[in-house]
Amino acid sequence: MAIRRGRGVAAINYPTGMNLGGDPTQALVHSTPTGNFMVTLSSVDLGQGMKQIMAQICAETIGVPTDRVVVDTADTDTGPHCMGTFASRGTHRAGNAVIQAAREARQVMLEVAAEELEVNASDLETDGQGNILVKGAPQKSMSIFDVALSAHFKRGRSISGRGMFLIPRSYPEKETGAMKPSTCYAHACTVAEVEVDDETGEVTVLTVKNVFEIGRALNPKMVEQQLVGGSWMGISHALYETTEPYYPNRDHGGTDFNQYLMPGLGDLAETEIIVLERPSADGPFGAKGPGEMCANPQIPAIANAVFDAVGVRIDALPITPERILRALKAQAAG
Amino acid sequence: MELRKSYFADVRKDGLNEIGQPRPRLDSPGHVTGKTAYFADRNFPGMLHLKMVRSPHHHARIRSIDTSEAEKHPGVVRVLTAKDVPHNVYTILILIQIGPEDETVLADGKVRWKGEAVVAVLAETERAAQEAAAKVKVDYEVLPAVFDMEEALKPGAPIVNEYHGQNYYLYDSGECRKVRFGDVEAGFAQADHILEQSYQSSPIEHAPTETTGCVVAPEGNDRFTCYTNTQAMFFTLDNASIILQMPGSKLHFVGGTVGGGFGGKVDVIVEPIAILAAKLTGRPVCFIYSREEEMQVSSPRAAEKVVIKDGVMKDGRIVARKVTGYTDAGAYSRHSPYGAQKGAAHYPGPYTIPNVWIDTYCVYTNRTPSSAMRGFGVTIGDFALEVQMDKLARLIGMDPLEFHFINAYRDGDMKAHRQPTEGAALIECMQEASRAANWPVAEKYMAISSYGKGE
Repeated sequence: MAIRRGRGVAAINYPTGMNLGGDPTQALVHSTPTGNFMVTLSSVDLGQGMKQIMAQICAETIGVPTDRVVVDTADTDTGPHCMGTFASRGTHRAGNAVIQAAREARQVMLEVAAEELEVNASDLETDGQGNILVKGAPQKSMSIFDVALSAHFKRGRSISGRGMFLIPRSYPEKETGAMKPSTCYAHACTVAEVEVDDETGEVTVLTVKNVFEIGRALNPKMVEQQLVGGSWMGISHALYETTEPYYPNRDHGGTDFNQYLMPGLGDLAETEIIVLERPSADGPFGAKGPGEMCANPQIPAIANAVFDAVGVRIDALPITPERILRALKAQAAG
Repeated sequence: MELRKSYFADVRKDGLNEIGQPRPRLDSPGHVTGKTAYFADRNFPGMLHLKMVRSPHHHARIRSIDTSEAEKHPGVVRVLTAKDVPHNVYTILILIQIGPEDETVLADGKVRWKGEAVVAVLAETERAAQEAAAKVKVDYEVLPAVFDMEEALKPGAPIVNEYHGQNYYLYDSGECRKVRFGDVEAGFAQADHILEQSYQSSPIEHAPTETTGCVVAPEGNDRFTCYTNTQAMFFTLDNASIILQMPGSKLHFVGGTVGGGFGGKVDVIVEPIAILAAKLTGRPVCFIYSREEEMQVSSPRAAEKVVIKDGVMKDGRIVARKVTGYTDAGAYSRHSPYGAQKGAAHYPGPYTIPNVWIDTYCVYTNRTPSSAMRGFGVTIGDFALEVQMDKLARLIGMDPLEFHFINAYRDGDMKAHRQPTEGAALIECMQEASRAANWPVAEKYMAISSYGKGE
């Protein structure tokens, strides 16, 4: 009887979005009288930080700092349609809609500034700090604060824009299954290292080294929160979780966090996250959807590491001590 | 976390003002100080509490329902049964023309899973609602139940859901979604080794911090405001409009700040019945799942079974892959027909294989209806595919990581569902993992790239 060590690898990809009905999301952007910008959506922030990312996307597109943008979501009386936050689609779909809306608003903003500065709108650029400058002559400039005031009280222009993401609906071909179910794909490769106690069947995940390719890390700190959380969820899925622990008997399913097992703080594996960015052709600033895929590769990596450690395959989830011990017993029986 | 900027630097524009910057989240001070308002922070004078009477049986006919004792219970204001729901039989994907309607808001004549909603009780307090719910008498005739997908697909199995008529979802392609690419039998004939293995999984819980729920307030102008933690505002509003036979203009949904979803809040379950209750009583109503309901009543991730048969050459090339996937929808469709279809497009994984055959089934059993969950249609498939990859590598005596490189897809490769690969980055992820984990592979694998095979 001994503690045995093993490691396993898994590599995966993951589709962004669900192409049922074209996967639409809309956004509206408008300026307040003093040049702050409102993004109006019906998209849902599940806690992952949708509002923050939409603010950064709008700010980058308009050319103002992020704290000049307010995101109003989700109210069906004001926000235009969004399919919802799922299928790793939120940042990608709503982000594209916000960019389109913000571009339209930016164009009006530049036109108003052009009238004030008596130049062509195409000769103007933003400095990202809240000012509009004449290209090549930055001393000739105007603050967005003043441009918005002019639009509201003098020029009679609405600095606003409408944006929409929609792709043609894909109907799978009946016989061949030809279909376009999603747009871009995120990628990952995980190496997990485990210890397995061959007397108790208990698995300790020592390390998970995750490499994720996510298109573009729009906000690296938020990417980190999502990827670390997802990696934990993958470990939990691999080793702990089931709502039916005695299936096919349906009794004694967990009804609270004492009974429904998940790894606690003391069970956390040493977690390493490395991010690669290959911008997608159709994502906002190249972003893909990493929200779901980050919880997937740990599961098979751990299963493979368990095999590497003790030489038995557990092909049913979760990989419980009971299943490992039964497999070891069967193996010993030859 | 580390960003490895050296990869793909030639196709990426860095140095933007706001994008790529680790700005602090504007909402986090509210979250960490407990000041962020969630739907359950809404409290209205005279608000009623809704509790469900749920089926104790996996499959049963309802002979009769007697609510008289419950109605007399102190504090009870109204008791709702199936006949009170204007359009009681629904399915959520009907909005994008995926039917048939197959689920009841409140059970009508039959229950198909343990935990199914049968009667809704509205009372002045949560306790009164709970106590009154216990006084509802439902006379059941227990029917045989089926909990296993393969059993459910056998001739003579109990029919779980009469709206389908058979225990699987009928796609336009037949009993399963199909992908056919190349000639899989010719591939097997050519292979040095064949390996067929099966994998399975259990349902799991989303375990959000905030349980599913909503608070509905009548606005006095024939409109109803629903404060909700749904993941999809208009999806829920439009389905509620169908179920309640009420114009969408009468409904106002407010949400968007949610304490975790993971796919568990894309079913339309609590809102329609709570709006109906507010309409029939003229009072605000709250319907919030207990932790027990969240864990045992709300949809889990589907149990899945995946059978993979591969043909592999001694040199490491996979020449044929046949996958049969089964998704256990439980008693009702919800999002599972889509999940199974998503699986069909995901197999055979991020590998370039010339001969592929995929069948994915969405199967009905008397288990808790499953639905969306982080990665559904893909997560369990990836578990099966990647364990299978490890087995194949060992079968031919090859390092598992090197075996992945041989088969990894690259730009321009045609996928089985006939989309050309674009923007691939699997190879680079594996190269970086090789370095990070100190798992060396042959230099030739470190030299290739996802950009294509012209190396």
